[in-house]
This record gives sequence, structure tokens and C-alpha cells, in this order.
Amino acid sequence: MSDIRQARKALVKRILEGAGNASSSERRAAFNNSGLAEPLGALVDKVARHAYRVTDEDIIAAKEPGLSEDQIFEMVVCAAVGQATRQYDTALAALETAAGNATRKE
Amino acid sequence: MRLRILDSGHGFGTKALFALIRMASRQPVLDVIKLVKYRPDFYGYPMSAVAQEAMRGPSTWSIGDRELMAAFVAKTNQCEFCTKAHAAVAQRAYSDGKSISALLSDLDTTSIKEPLRATLLMLGKLTREHAVDADDMRSVLAAGASRQQIEDALAVCFSFNVIGRLADAFGFFVPDSEAFEAGAKYLLTRGYR
Repeated sequence: MSDIRQARKALVKRILEGAGNASSSERRAAFNNSGLAEPLGALVDKVARHAYRVTDEDIIAAKEPGLSEDQIFEMVVCAAVGQATRQYDTALAALETAAGNATRKE
Repeated sequence: MRLRILDSGHGFGTKALFALIRMASRQPVLDVIKLVKYRPDFYGYPMSAVAQEAMRGPSTWSIGDRELMAAFVAKTNQCEFCTKAHAAVAQRAYSDGKSISALLSDLDTTSIKEPLRATLLMLGKLTREHAVDADDMRSVLAAGASRQQIEDALAVCFSFNVIGRLADAFGFFVPDSEAFEAGAKYLLTRGYR
């Protein structure tokens, strides 16, 4: 499944560096779940840590400072991909350590 | 759906496609389809490529195994939409009478093979706690899963840790089981593209 790394890389590059309604720096902040002002920061953090707790009110609050729905769409996508990426990278590193050790033991 | 653009902000051609889907399947268009078809160059196209590779690309895990992993990750995330959707696909893909809902409720008392069981437990921990360590991976390797199988499972896990978050954040409508059955048939014949 080596193509998966390329596909994941293309996804991350597109959402962070491609054209969007939110700025690249805002999208990167959502991806990293770091450095966003409230109320958007609270929404992004919920998406990253426990998305099932997101409510209608969270979305309404995020729109209040004047964000468009397209901007919220992009920020939520970046938050979800960012958290999933951190999990994936952590797990791959753990696998590398475990498989590397196993190889040395053999 | 919490964002109006995702429900009805699509272009004319996409709306016409939705009308065709409704006619052909006699079911509502699932919100996950509406999401991937909205400004698809931003999310839909690149994410579909990831999901297609993870769920249908070359792997020694069967399609049923990978759909079960997807449902298990979704259940761990408490995402009702994705749990029901992918349990339906796994049920249909296995076609051996294995009860997916029983498996999802209790991995310990069922007949799935040890490498798959250990892999699911690791994916559950990763999804719940956002991290796993080398000891967790050693347990999966010791259970008989290969390094490549673990990598393949992590790709499934990645995909559904994205999709499930979006389903819950955007508030996907959870339809009845007939709509998920129609979706399962589609995913088994056409894949994720």
C-alpha cells in the first residue's frame, strides 16, 4: 500500500497550501489545533479531540465573528485531517521502534 | 447538516447527479456523498484517493476486514453514521453469517482470528487515546500481524478518523438501515472513488 503515503501527502498539501477561503496560516493553525482565537479555537479543539460532542451552537458561535460557511468547512476539514495525521504518525513511529527491535533481536 | 452549503450549495450538475441517485436507489442521498461532492477539489477528490487506497488498494486484509476496522474506529469515536454505514458494508462483504454488530460489541468472545483481533484492539486504543507505543505494536506483531498489515490497518484508521470527525462535526443525518444497505452495495461495487 505504498501509494497511501503519496495520497495522504497530496491531501495534506491540498488542504493546507492550495486555494481556499481561509488563509493558509489559519488552515495550518486548525490542522495543528493551536493558536486559534475563540470561538473558532473551541470548535477546532472539539473536532480534534471528541467530534461527537460538536453541537449546532458550536457552529453558530464560530460563524459569529463573520466567518463564512466555506471558511468553517475548510477549518473543520483541516482540524480532522490534522488530528488523524498526528495519530497516524505516532503509530507509525511506534511500529518502526517495535519492528526495528524485533529485527535486531532476531 | 449544520452547514447549508454542504446540504444545498452544490452546482447544477451535482444536483442533477443527486436526483439520479435518488431515483436509482430510491433512497435519500447520504450526507457523506454531499460532503465529498462539495468543492471536491478541496476535500472530496484528495480524500477519496486516500480512502480508495486504504479500503480497496492491495492488502492482505480482506475488504471485509478493512470495513470492520472502519466500523470499529467509528464506534470508538462514537460516530453513529460511520458505524452503521461500515458495519453494513462489512456484513455484506464477509457473507459468512458473521454478526458484525456482535463483533463490534465484544471482540473478546468472538471467532475472529488473533491477528485481526489484536489489530482492532490497537486501532481502538489509538483512536481513543490518540497514541500507541512500541509495546502496543509488539503485541500486534506477536499476535501474528505483519508489519505491512499494521501499516495497512493504520491507513484505514487514518481515513476513518478523518471521515468520522467530519460526520459528527457537520452533523450528518443518520438514515434508516435501507439507505445504509444501498450505500453498502455501492461501496462494494464501485469503491470510494
